[in-house]
Amino acid sequence: MRYLPLTPDDRRDMLSVIGAPDVDSLFRDVPESARLKRLVDLPPHAGELEVERDLARLAARNRAAGAGPFFCGAGAYRHHVPASVDHLIQRSEFLTSYTPYQPEIAQGTLQSLFEFQTQVAALTGLPVANASMYDGSTACAEAVMMAARVTQRKRAVLSGGVHPHYDEAAHTLAHSAGIETVRLPAAIADEAAVIDAIDADTACVVVQTPNLFGTVTDVTRIAEAARAAGALTIVVTTEAVAFGLLKSPGEMGADIAVAEGASIGVGLNFGGPYVGLFACREQLVRQMPGRLAGETVDAAGERGFVLTLSTREQHIRRDKATSNICTNSGLCALAFTIHLSLLGGTGLAKLAEINHARARRLRDALVNLDGVEVLTPRFFNEFAVRLTADAAETVNSLAARNILAGVPVSRLDPGAGMDDVLLVCATETTTDDDIAAFASALAEELA
Amino acid sequence: MKFSKDHEWVSLDGDVATVGITAYAADQLGDVVFVELPVAGKTVKAGDGLAVVESVKAASDVYAPVSGEVTAANPALGDNPETVNDQPEKAGWFVKLKVADPTELDGLMDRTAYEDYLKSL
Amino acid sequence: MSLARVGRPSRPETAYAQASAETGHGLVQDEPLIFELGGWDKTGVDLPDEAAPLDDLRGLTRAEPLRLPGLSEPEAVRHYVRLSQKNHAIDLAIYPLGSCTMKHNPRLDEKVARFAGFADIHPLQPISTVQGALALMNELARWLTTLTGMPAVALSPKAGAHGELCGLLAIRAALEAGGDARKTVLVPTSAHGTNPATAALAGYGVVEIAQTDDGRVDLADLKDKLHDDVAAVMVTNPNTCGLFERDVLEIARLTHGAGAYFYCDGANFNAIVGRVRPGDLGVDAMHINLHKTFSTPHGGGGPGAGPVVLSEALARFAPTPWLVSGPTGFHLLEHAVGVAAAALGRMCAFHGQMGMYVRALAYMKSHGADGLRQVAEDAVLNANYIKARLGGALSVAYPEGPCMHEALFDDAWLEDTGIATLDFAKALIDEGFHPMTMYFPLVAHGAMLIEPTETESRRELDRFCDAVLRLAEAAKAHDVERFKGAPFRAPLRRLDETLAARKPRLRWTPPEASSAD
Repeated sequence: MRYLPLTPDDRRDMLSVIGAPDVDSLFRDVPESARLKRLVDLPPHAGELEVERDLARLAARNRAAGAGPFFCGAGAYRHHVPASVDHLIQRSEFLTSYTPYQPEIAQGTLQSLFEFQTQVAALTGLPVANASMYDGSTACAEAVMMAARVTQRKRAVLSGGVHPHYDEAAHTLAHSAGIETVRLPAAIADEAAVIDAIDADTACVVVQTPNLFGTVTDVTRIAEAARAAGALTIVVTTEAVAFGLLKSPGEMGADIAVAEGASIGVGLNFGGPYVGLFACREQLVRQMPGRLAGETVDAAGERGFVLTLSTREQHIRRDKATSNICTNSGLCALAFTIHLSLLGGTGLAKLAEINHARARRLRDALVNLDGVEVLTPRFFNEFAVRLTADAAETVNSLAARNILAGVPVSRLDPGAGMDDVLLVCATETTTDDDIAAFASALAEELA
Repeated sequence: MKFSKDHEWVSLDGDVATVGITAYAADQLGDVVFVELPVAGKTVKAGDGLAVVESVKAASDVYAPVSGEVTAANPALGDNPETVNDQPEKAGWFVKLKVADPTELDGLMDRTAYEDYLKSL
Repeated sequence: MSLARVGRPSRPETAYAQASAETGHGLVQDEPLIFELGGWDKTGVDLPDEAAPLDDLRGLTRAEPLRLPGLSEPEAVRHYVRLSQKNHAIDLAIYPLGSCTMKHNPRLDEKVARFAGFADIHPLQPISTVQGALALMNELARWLTTLTGMPAVALSPKAGAHGELCGLLAIRAALEAGGDARKTVLVPTSAHGTNPATAALAGYGVVEIAQTDDGRVDLADLKDKLHDDVAAVMVTNPNTCGLFERDVLEIARLTHGAGAYFYCDGANFNAIVGRVRPGDLGVDAMHINLHKTFSTPHGGGGPGAGPVVLSEALARFAPTPWLVSGPTGFHLLEHAVGVAAAALGRMCAFHGQMGMYVRALAYMKSHGADGLRQVAEDAVLNANYIKARLGGALSVAYPEGPCMHEALFDDAWLEDTGIATLDFAKALIDEGFHPMTMYFPLVAHGAMLIEPTETESRRELDRFCDAVLRLAEAAKAHDVERFKGAPFRAPLRRLDETLAARKPRLRWTPPEASSAD
């Protein structure tokens, strides 16, 4: 067995050092009735070649995004990741190290987390960012819990533009803590409704921009209304590339910003692993979930980094911790940081503009088709269209023609009454040929 | 100055009690890095959680040794939590309480009794 | 006050600060932060010039340009390779962190996870275009349910703690469905911090169960505390002392007798995989850390994955999405309607950690039923070997009987040496080893928890044991200098955690701004 170094001789010798007659005797604390006498009913070990062949066969049964025209977004976005990113995160010292509990021999991880936190703070326009959450949706759920702790209130208002999965994840977590989540009806834009829904019991408002339908919203007025009512404003962003172009959550008055960071450095991965970004105002730092890397000095006065403010966390505060999170998304955070270190502020801004430009070209190609109505007035790189046909059926028909046409709203929110609405997205990976192929195929489907 | 078995001290001036943690406790905790204090106006009963004192690796609850209403929390501890280690029984005080029932102090130890108590630990 | 004395020394002792004045670290370079390398107007990514008209977004764009440095590829590669050299890694030497399971990560798993058919597929593509991905999830589910002897598994939780939450929420849903909402979860004192934190997050009060002198759940105390308000008993098995809970069947019987559910923290499943099925122990729910037992890389703190196996009674409350197979292939039930109507909701967006599923399945297929059983046996053998070799010099916390996959020592043997567990651990760094887990579990004073895993050779185990024994001798000879100032040979000396916590600096700020702090 290629992964097991011990030889039968080693095992025999080691048993004699231990003074045990056989390996079974080491398992003697297991109740007799629970000791498996036979192997479990699964195949025996297999060589690299066989396993690789087996998995390659499964991989081949999926249509990779890069294998043809592709327009899916809705919380997961396809972007180009520079080759050096994947190379660097496969360095043994990053890939095969643990959470940096011994800072003297984990400065690589700690310093890169400190860089990550600084980058996330800059992107979100807020002063404090943590060392990552599992993904954007769980970051959002944790933000709702945090807002309830800070305000000592138990009602969260979610805009109808919040991604339904984020709403559901927040509801799952908040519900058991007795926190009510109120999601407004699905809407392309609902600024006024959100402001109306804020009351004296509201712990927080959760607003997504760009939202599920691609709508870009200036959250400033909502944040002002929330502040006036003593509530916090949580701004959600599922497409991190948008930070390169759009006003940051901090600029618009957010108290907490959460985002899905997978667009930068991580890739689609069928939905995970991803990396949750979490940033907030300075005064809220002690209520934050998750790890924080901080700067300090060593015994010789050299600068170094450590995990800090740990008394918030489960390994110390146990049942009074701000969250139960332990393992987070370290390696994805590293990929994010490396990709963003390559891009820089100017590169991310340029990338964002290209995304916007391609989405505009996509709109221009679709807007004049019979049976297509563009619903989103102000968008970044994705928007909603109403079709004269069922969106899910149209998507399935186009998939049969090797075009992945986008995400039907009904898949995410079947009760929204938007069976004819399709979410489409373009990024720097979308070519003019892709757009032309999509437009002509869609025209045929709708004809 | 009176002492509790939970290592809080109380010093009464009129009906206002100043509360902190003892030098022994401060020493046992190690470097204090943060103190979470109550806001003025909060009423507490003896034995209730009053504050939380944090070292790098631990968080400890501080209990109210007597009942009363919080009139002030030590503003100096925000920027300088190390004051708790440096002057635990002076400048490192935590909270001032308007005492509801001064006779509650009778149940606490004087310094000699507290020191004997420490020896017994 | 509650005197939590676990405030072990958190800053270097000044008396030893100058004990070594080494300046260089050989080929390990000092490396500034990226923000100190310049490149504020640069980018290391070549993008086409494609200025977009921004008229649609008037008033919605950044007022000021984003200030982040960009590095050319050679600069970025050098920066991060230099940083990487400051990390210890399992690829360099044994990484004996107890309870963390640092084992070798097969590179095949990395390779297959990067197949475009897995890495470059979108979570909301039409189901017909991801049948291979769903088949993989189905196969992973079959391996996990077979190995645990449990009927169902929820794959989507993103890490162990997320799995714990999923399990407790399923228990909560089941109790509420039966009109029997309860308020308390029982957790042993030796539990991982995530257990009480999760129980609190799930809306439960936490009551601790005492431990016996031999490091197991105290049955008498459990009986005392098991009343009709207890929703679940959460037990790690093998436990965090590295011991199998001998009375596990009785724990399950008592728990069920009180109308509560038995949650098992499966963080240590690697000790028993292929030899014991939690389903045979009366477990109702257990999370499996794919990044521990099935060796997906820890990556400096994640990502992990925490699928939860569920008993028949809990299966219908599993979170969405559900994977089902039908005549036209696999489907995902993504909403709590129809047959999934009782689902507890969604734990996260999409379908969980696909990248980890691929790696874990490759690991399982590589090992097979026989190899996985050998994994448990070798992990336990290696831990007992370490216990045997070190037991004479160090003090074993629970000396009676064999341990499972990890060996727990306390600091009784250091008494009168003036050296604490922390000092001993830091001195190990100078010997070229990552320290063991220290000060956990809390039930052993000055705990040192050593988990070698099955992927260490006998030669590496001996190298490690020899180093520990050498150091133990030095400690007993009161060679205090060697310990108090350690490490001397790491990229950095001991760090001042007190300063970091008192004056938090959590991001880089430009020098002119920071002077105003």
